[in-house]
Amino acid sequence: MSAAGVRVAARVAVGLRAERRTVLVCSVLVALMLGLGLLGLCYGASWASPGKVLAVLAGSEHSVVIRDWRLPRVTAGLVFGAALGVSGAVFQNLTRNPLGSPDVIGLDAGAYTGALVALTVLSGTSAQLAGASVLGGLLVSAVVYLLSADRGFSGLRLVVIGIAVNAMVTALNSWIVLRAELEVAIAAVGWSAGSLNGVDWADLWVPFWVIGVLLALAAVRSRAMHQTLLGDALAVTTGVSLNRLRLLMVLVGVGCTATVTAVAGPIAFIALAAPQIGRRLAGAPGIPLLPAALAGAVLLQGADLIAQMLLAPVALPVGVVSTAIGGCYLIWLLTKEVGRA
Amino acid sequence: MSARLTAREITLRYGDRVVSTRLSLDVPDGAFTAVVGPNACGKSTLLRAFVRLLRPDDGRVELDGREVGGYPSKALAKQLGFLPQDPVSPDDIKVRQLVARGRFPHQSLLTVWSAGEEDAVEEAMDAAGVSGLAGRPVRELSGGQRQRVWIAMVLAQRTPYLLLDEPTSFLDITHQYQLLALLARLRDQGRTVVAVLHDINQACRFADHLVAMRDGRVVAEGKPADIVDAALMKDVFDLPSVIVPDPVTGTPMVVPTLQGE
Repeated sequence: MSAAGVRVAARVAVGLRAERRTVLVCSVLVALMLGLGLLGLCYGASWASPGKVLAVLAGSEHSVVIRDWRLPRVTAGLVFGAALGVSGAVFQNLTRNPLGSPDVIGLDAGAYTGALVALTVLSGTSAQLAGASVLGGLLVSAVVYLLSADRGFSGLRLVVIGIAVNAMVTALNSWIVLRAELEVAIAAVGWSAGSLNGVDWADLWVPFWVIGVLLALAAVRSRAMHQTLLGDALAVTTGVSLNRLRLLMVLVGVGCTATVTAVAGPIAFIALAAPQIGRRLAGAPGIPLLPAALAGAVLLQGADLIAQMLLAPVALPVGVVSTAIGGCYLIWLLTKEVGRA
Repeated sequence: MSARLTAREITLRYGDRVVSTRLSLDVPDGAFTAVVGPNACGKSTLLRAFVRLLRPDDGRVELDGREVGGYPSKALAKQLGFLPQDPVSPDDIKVRQLVARGRFPHQSLLTVWSAGEEDAVEEAMDAAGVSGLAGRPVRELSGGQRQRVWIAMVLAQRTPYLLLDEPTSFLDITHQYQLLALLARLRDQGRTVVAVLHDINQACRFADHLVAMRDGRVVAEGKPADIVDAALMKDVFDLPSVIVPDPVTGTPMVVPTLQGE
């Protein structure tokens, strides 16, 4: 290796050492994620030993229950959790506020409105659900953005307006459900809590692709995103195209949330809590994306396991559990934020 | 006197309030320019227009004959470094990490960890005298240390231009002079420095080119010794004063004649 090569290698090592804590935290989160995933594959109406599960995964044994029932659910828990975590991190960076997460500012509710419209007015195919959810989420984000964009962008104003819009959209959702035919209404309400019950591979391929692309976009632009935490002025004068970046971030955040909502319904609080957990664990400036994604995966998969176990054999919607856990977190966060203001 | 960075007949507005109308200014290359004037006279607004944070309603701000708004973001960020009056640091950021943020316009996904990057950060911290603080969290620093860290961040950007909005406010007097001396050194190394300053005597001592503003207009500009007199102080600041030579540098020193009862 040339002398320059050695130097570069040394610098990389320095860079890595500075982020040793992040690496450590991410490794632990990955281990936790895999552990919870394995547990999810073992757990069900009948317990499968980890040995058997691994054999099925490796292809040396055959089990319809594990491969076609439990595996899609667990994969969805992990991937959707990561998507929600990143979506939350993107919005919290954008608003520079730990409360600025898509579920708090009404994007989940908007995506749900879209899905409700697809269910009640259209025929409710999965493609319609997906498209309508994304559209609903984008529409609400546009409304929130326009209402809060008076004389420049302010994260706090966006959060406060988002909370108000969330309340209005939630009321709209209830109204749609009340007006719907009984069968549709029951399906819609069951879905409203956010649940991974009964997802199978056919539901998942397209969402996984969409989420994959969005997460890749977020990863590529993450340095620019963190640059915006220096404030608008310094972000611009150090070379960030702020408006374009903001638009992209909104698209990524809404896209992730709405895609998850289209498949599993609005799963609250993962996007709110995961980025902050990731940030605190990693001790990093701003809200790093990778820890947020991993914490999201761990949270959603963990919550889904609890949802399945709590009243077994009845499987609760995971949204009920995430709301219960997240509600406590939100109260704590609100008292802390109010105390700071 | 050549000038790559110029404002031509620009009209600047914040919301409904017109700050400057048809203002023109050349920033002399390689010099230390100080902009002085009473509060709300449009000094900061002018600076923000130079770094394309504010788009003029009318007229043009140009670098090398090309409108600053027409440059690609990163290309302009390699030319003009800017420090706002009250920059915000991300929570939990360390000094070295903050200084490294100045490298953003020079980096692509592939070069984040190249050797040159690390050298630029070290050099900037050295020049601003904050190398000893590299591992400290920014929020634990004193105001003077923090300001030097921000200067280091802008230095890491390695731009030929440094534009600073009241860099000495919130610093104690020693740190003020140290910072101004640092800016003068940077000028000696060939950079063009533009700073909005509050203290007219400091401006006279350190600046090559003084720009006095009032009500969004440039009232006078030139070498401090050529333009600073009692009449100008009355015009710009409404301050009765006598001007004496600074006993240390011989530059003009403004001594107000207002006294307590």
